[in-house]
Amino acid sequence: MTARVGIVLFPGSNRDIDAANALVVAGAEPVRLWHESVDLEGVSGILIPGGFAYGDYLRAGVIARFSPVMRAVAEFAGRGGPVLGICNGFQVLAEARLVPGALLRNRGLRFVSRQVAILPDRLDSPFTREVAERRPLRMPVAHGEGCYYADEATLDALEADGSVLWRYANPDGSVAGPDDPGNPNGSLRGIAGVCNAAGNVAGLMPHPETAVEAVLGSDDGLGIIRSLVVSAAEYAATGRVAGTRQPAGGAA
Amino acid sequence: MSDQPAYRFAVNVTPKPGILDPQGRAVEKSLPHLGISGVSAVRVGRRVELTVQAADATAARAVVDRLASELLSNPLMELFDVEVLA
Repeated sequence: MTARVGIVLFPGSNRDIDAANALVVAGAEPVRLWHESVDLEGVSGILIPGGFAYGDYLRAGVIARFSPVMRAVAEFAGRGGPVLGICNGFQVLAEARLVPGALLRNRGLRFVSRQVAILPDRLDSPFTREVAERRPLRMPVAHGEGCYYADEATLDALEADGSVLWRYANPDGSVAGPDDPGNPNGSLRGIAGVCNAAGNVAGLMPHPETAVEAVLGSDDGLGIIRSLVVSAAEYAATGRVAGTRQPAGGAA
Repeated sequence: MSDQPAYRFAVNVTPKPGILDPQGRAVEKSLPHLGISGVSAVRVGRRVELTVQAADATAARAVVDRLASELLSNPLMELFDVEVLA
């Protein structure tokens, strides 16, 4: 059965068409979910796309956090459903405290739009399970607030838990620290994407959904999108996703 | 609601100490161009002014505190303080 994966639409979302295309390429049926609705239309996975939700007023992602659809997304996540936020979607999930940490203004202060490489930390997560091997994956970034921040103790805990899913890579394949050329925004420990403690909600700043076909310049992002689709299909069939944990009292 | 007294507040939000504030640093770097020296530790934040109608000043303040901590600031990276305006 084809997995039905929801794409959340906020006023200001602008990567939803790319996200829908990526889901189709990955074999899923995209379902648009309007921000004012709490009806998830029976989807078994959710993708929160990039853009500038509610104009990014106040802080990127914060106003979207209080929209009706996000209440439904939080409930879906609480039941173990797979949720992936990309770029602005990551910022929304971070503001909603569904994934740990915060995304600060880029260290260089500029909006950065360019190709980067990210290295998956692990290949057994719901969002990397279809990535063939642990090598740098090429895809674009396009953001002004992407500098991943959490305090040192939280960063240590995230690494110990396996909650860091992707890091920026230097041209030589090493992890790109905050001041390295491969790190577009100053993210601490090179973190490009993380998941929650339960493992079923993840966010990343780069755009795998615009790197799913060779004609787009790279298809390195397809493994990530396909991972979401496979996890969504599994969730539809069994009510849980391999590699996730029951939340142990409270969010990450 | 409309017959309740109105209270005016300002919420000042600033980056937490220790968090890199690239905006503050950019401002600081521009100071020599103005011929100004001796200024350091520039931190750029935001100020939100608002009016709250509530039964009394304590109730109004409680609303502002909740708004400031849940919406106007992100406690992971920012601090806030509340000023009572005349």
